Amino acid sequence: MSTEPIAWPSASAESRTFVDTLHEWVTTVDHKRLGILYIVYALVFLVIGGIEAIVIRIQLIRPHNDFVSPQVFNRMFTMHGTTMIFFVVMPILFGFANYLIPLMIGARDMAFPRLNAFSFWMTAFGGLLLYFSLVGANGLYGAGNAPDVGWFAYAPLTSQTFSPGHSTDFWTLSLLVSGFGSIGTAINIVATVLSMRCPGMTLAKMPLFAWLNLVMAGLVILAVSPLTAAQIMLLVDRYLGGHFFDTQAGGSAVIWMHFFWIFGHPEVYVLVLPAFAFASEIIPVFSRKPIFGYPVMVGATVAIGFISMSVWAHHMFTVGMGSAANTFFVLSTMAIAVPTGIKIFNWLATIWGGKIEFKTPMLFCIAFLFQFLVAGLTGVMLGCAPFDWQLGSSYFVVAHFHYVIVGGILFTLFGAFYYWFPKMSGKMYSETLGKLHFWLFLIGFHLTFDFMHIPGLLGMPRRIYTYEPGRGWDTWNLIVTIGVFFQAAGILVFLGNLVWSYYRGKAAGSDPWDAWTLEWCTNSPPPAYNFSVIPTVKSRRPLWDLKHPDDPDWKYE
Amino acid sequence: MSTTLSATTMNLPAREFEWKLPTRGRVGMCAVIAAEAAIFTIFVVAYLFYVGKSLSGPMPRDVLSPPIFYTVCLLSSSLTIHFAVKTLRRGNVGHFGAWWLLTITLGVLFLYGTVTEWRRMIYEDGLTINTNLFGTTYYSLVGLHGFHVVAGLVCLSAVMAFTLFGTVKQEHAERLDVLSLYWHFVDAVWIVVFTVVYVIGR
Repeated sequence: MSTEPIAWPSASAESRTFVDTLHEWVTTVDHKRLGILYIVYALVFLVIGGIEAIVIRIQLIRPHNDFVSPQVFNRMFTMHGTTMIFFVVMPILFGFANYLIPLMIGARDMAFPRLNAFSFWMTAFGGLLLYFSLVGANGLYGAGNAPDVGWFAYAPLTSQTFSPGHSTDFWTLSLLVSGFGSIGTAINIVATVLSMRCPGMTLAKMPLFAWLNLVMAGLVILAVSPLTAAQIMLLVDRYLGGHFFDTQAGGSAVIWMHFFWIFGHPEVYVLVLPAFAFASEIIPVFSRKPIFGYPVMVGATVAIGFISMSVWAHHMFTVGMGSAANTFFVLSTMAIAVPTGIKIFNWLATIWGGKIEFKTPMLFCIAFLFQFLVAGLTGVMLGCAPFDWQLGSSYFVVAHFHYVIVGGILFTLFGAFYYWFPKMSGKMYSETLGKLHFWLFLIGFHLTFDFMHIPGLLGMPRRIYTYEPGRGWDTWNLIVTIGVFFQAAGILVFLGNLVWSYYRGKAAGSDPWDAWTLEWCTNSPPPAYNFSVIPTVKSRRPLWDLKHPDDPDWKYE
Repeated sequence: MSTTLSATTMNLPAREFEWKLPTRGRVGMCAVIAAEAAIFTIFVVAYLFYVGKSLSGPMPRDVLSPPIFYTVCLLSSSLTIHFAVKTLRRGNVGHFGAWWLLTITLGVLFLYGTVTEWRRMIYEDGLTINTNLFGTTYYSLVGLHGFHVVAGLVCLSAVMAFTLFGTVKQEHAERLDVLSLYWHFVDAVWIVVFTVVYVIGR
């Protein structure tokens, strides 16, 4: 290696002031720093959205409760849903994608570093705009502050007539702004994966993480754009007096539902594909086996991407679309369960016969497998139109999608945090605290969301402010709320673990898990340039080849 | 030695063979076009869904006349930008500038056509974006396309300025080819908008 010693400006750490550090972070275009910014930003909103969930659950803990007013309750569930989807899960996933994709494919940065920074700040200011409604939307109208139209904001509730004041404007503008950020990041991910791979890394030798995020980014491009278009239409209606969703002038309220769910359902797969990506990296490493059926996994991912574009109206069976449309969307919904099922079997087959290490990331991934299976099964139930007519907009639906998003996505996210924390910080997390977090959260999750199905089956509708005693819902709601506090305790342990380990954790070294993908062959945390020499790979597990020159993978692939 | 470039803790083999991937600009632009196409799809679907659903006039048949000449202008600008990039690839910066200027002129002509049409509809026919459903969908769809033409013209004009300052060279042909993809897309969208608004929707 013919390299000259380079004096980095940051080398003299003691001479840097707080303002210097702040300036570095605000103006950074480094994919790792932007990844961490995304993640920290999302964690802040996770706490905010979590507090909103706690308020909702305290209100519903017993019949005739009046912990908050009905108006505040509406704002709480609207802000909880909008925050969790757009300002927690999406930014966190983008953060991990940003941080890990260049490292995994042997690149020094994303394809468009400045677009990357732009996208992050758009997302960040989108979130701030949503919460600025608490101050700004009050304005001169006295018409309330935070948005209260529900996270899917059905027309005509969003028209000037029914939502006077500015609260709905804050909702639509913040989603418009953060939507541009999401599309920018997605474009960046596609260009990075397709154009920046290191020599030898053909598409068939990419880590599954890169594959799944590529499909995710494609879905963001095709799904978030319709949402952007629909928000523009809503703004035309609200500001310019347009009639897109104005039934009085011949417009249609149902077409908003179509436009929203054309975004809304692929969005579920935008969120869950990165969760699959985490599981596909973590499960093999802690089973000490390569992933089972790599080509099938890739095929199933692409199949999910395609089918997910044609299932949106299963959110609308109760609207009355006619039997032809209902049949189509029932069948497409059933069809998407097939590639998803293939994935679950492949993960199981990866674990099967492996030397399983029950470290915290693996615990979260195993819980994910079981919980995601249940979430998928209730999804198939709701995918049957007649069943949905009975249970649409009930707590059964709420329980189902929280099972997907918490039981599926959030669990693998926690796994990902523990798995890559040593790489991002250079420190090991506390395994004891990690296991405590896992068990607290597991118990809390099952108390809350297992039992939430039952009041739904007993007819409890979603979004109600309170309920009459004696309908058989009381005990279930009490249990559900108790579970929330276990989850909150788990989150606090998790955050405490992150902070404690960052300052007090043991040095992790570059490869604490004896893993096989490229991010583990550079320092922890990686330097700005990632790799001193751009690596060349011959198989899907380049570090295995390196550690086992007598028995490399590329002989068999 | 701590400040030297020694990040890779394991010794991975260095490059030993030819390795070629699509350029990031081209892939990025294709992704932008996919996102834009999705946005336009939603507006086109809304337009088609609302054809004939206006409860009050003016109706499309009363006010719309197909802007054939301006359409020809915009579509031929796709040809001229193609020739511009082709001549630049051969290294003829002078001819490139001429073709490029012609492209901008054709784009501006198209916009002029939209301006006169809108002016007539607003001041003579009394159709604005809040008059009826047709007005809402028409101005949104055509306006969205017009906005993309403006954005394209801003980019093209920036390149024109660089050409006049003499900084555009033969090696920039690849980048300008990527930019021309966007312009082709704007033209292709107009074919769809034209068909939907002036043929099906009238």
